[in-house]
Amino acid sequence: MTVDLATRPKAATPRGPRRRGAIARGHVGWAFVAPFAIVFFALLVTPLLYALYLSLFQKRLIGGTSFVLFDNYIKAFTDPNFLDGIQYVIVFSAVLIPLQMAVSLSVALILDAVVTRFARFSRLMIFLPYAIPAVIGALMWGFLYSKSFGPIAEIFGMFGAVGPDLLSRDLVFFGLLNIVTWQWAGYYMIIIYAALQGIDPTLYEAARIDGATGWQITLRIKIPLIAPALLLILVFALIGTLQFFNEPQILRYLASGAIPSDLTPNMYAYQQAFALANYNYGSAISFALGAVVFVCVYLFMFITRKRGSFLS
Amino acid sequence: MTTLTDSGRAARRRHLPLQVLLGFLVVYFLVPFWWVIVNSSKDAAGLFGGGSSLWFAEDIDYWGNLVDLFTYQNGIYVRWLLNSALYAFVGGIGATVLAVMAGYGFAKFRFRGRSFSFAVLLGSVMVPTTALVIPTFILFSQLGLTNTIWAVILPTLLNPFGVYLMNIYTREAVPDELLDAARVDGAGEVRTFLQVSVPLMRPAIVTVLLLSVVASWNNYFLPLAMLSDNRLFPVTVGIGMWQGIASANNAGGTSLWSVIILGSLVSVIPLVIAFLTLQKYWQGGLSIGSLK
Repeated sequence: MTVDLATRPKAATPRGPRRRGAIARGHVGWAFVAPFAIVFFALLVTPLLYALYLSLFQKRLIGGTSFVLFDNYIKAFTDPNFLDGIQYVIVFSAVLIPLQMAVSLSVALILDAVVTRFARFSRLMIFLPYAIPAVIGALMWGFLYSKSFGPIAEIFGMFGAVGPDLLSRDLVFFGLLNIVTWQWAGYYMIIIYAALQGIDPTLYEAARIDGATGWQITLRIKIPLIAPALLLILVFALIGTLQFFNEPQILRYLASGAIPSDLTPNMYAYQQAFALANYNYGSAISFALGAVVFVCVYLFMFITRKRGSFLS
Repeated sequence: MTTLTDSGRAARRRHLPLQVLLGFLVVYFLVPFWWVIVNSSKDAAGLFGGGSSLWFAEDIDYWGNLVDLFTYQNGIYVRWLLNSALYAFVGGIGATVLAVMAGYGFAKFRFRGRSFSFAVLLGSVMVPTTALVIPTFILFSQLGLTNTIWAVILPTLLNPFGVYLMNIYTREAVPDELLDAARVDGAGEVRTFLQVSVPLMRPAIVTVLLLSVVASWNNYFLPLAMLSDNRLFPVTVGIGMWQGIASANNAGGTSLWSVIILGSLVSVIPLVIAFLTLQKYWQGGLSIGSLK
């Protein structure tokens, strides 16, 4: 059909001057964008502005709601619960992101090198956790960690040792780290793998003729060429981790006492808004978190922009 | 693959250590599934009885547990599955339609405010969606929309990253000359879009649809905040609630654990099947954002 359209002799439909056509088409462009734009305004711009507005007020037991300007923000950024939460997600990201990148990049590189039926099967299986809701993934791992019906205690018991309790206060950080890595490594691996597949194989041939080893090809050709994909993943992981909520919220029930209700900023905002009905402070925390994420990601992209980013 | 040449066989042997490593990784990624498959066959006695938790107990009782799961609380589990499907499909398809149109509009038309709007769109990719949940909840509660299906579906329609993906894909995949040819032939803009552009955009459309459906099927925070009537819950919020109940009363909740474990297994089956059958679509599609 496409060939047909392109080669058919041009019909002699009378048309206005070219300029008029272009302007008319500009309106058509807006018409295509408009439905999304409406949703964007209703469900992104409005809630953000509304959160900003709400965050400028404070509801007191006596005297009702009053305008307090930035008091909620001053309160948030001096509130140890909020600051600890921010610190927690930053430390968590600092450990998680390199780990996740290392796992997904190595798996992708292995899959790029090994072309067997088993490798194809592995690719599918490693991706599978992405299809699992975070809640169910957290539940599944919670079962595995559990002392009453999980296998970890059992396996260590076979060697006469006591297994680590990944639901305890000391180790739950690693318990969460494992769940998130398990959940997302496969998705990131597929993105990296697809980028690797997009590299022109003649580059490898040329490098081999020049005497490059497999390692040199990996480090000097493959990794630099997939830098945009790696950057995209980094940005996603950063945005995702800073708004950490589902996994700790679910594990909270299983890990009695090990996970406080304000572990992450998002959990704190949820607690303030829905458990304490403190919508003004909850909004301030949400907005502050959104701003922190935005600034972090923006700074990150600014620093790395030379390497070619997906937003440039 | 069936006819291995000598060099192919040699390559295979050379990669043996890598394949062994892959084998370990596959085990790691599959262990939670295995645990759930095995343990959803057990009753409370089998679960807590001290048998191996990685192998079946003597009584394999999938049927009994299935009956329990689908009759517990008057069969509310089925409702949760249907709710999840409704939210995922209506939200996912809606988000995809909006993203396809907007992506096409940005890619193929020059209009006033285009670059500014696109810059705003890119910035919004960085706004964490959970930061929107609380203000959206308060807005919706003033409009009387909370605790309705719209409270979950409407926010799902927003997918700025989908618009971005559609835009970069369309720029390459739909040549301007083709659109001009269609216009010269007298096709209107709508017809050009539907009959010329959409077929060329199909790989990206499938990808955006898949990503949107998965995102809304897996959604937890938004419905948790928006819904209070448990008959409107998606399966994620429902199972999360059961798990809270079971953990709260350790002794009385033991029978509930079998239901929760089997419920987790059943709830992941639809998406796992979808991913396995739609393999050829998502594997190519996920690369769109990464190739620039």
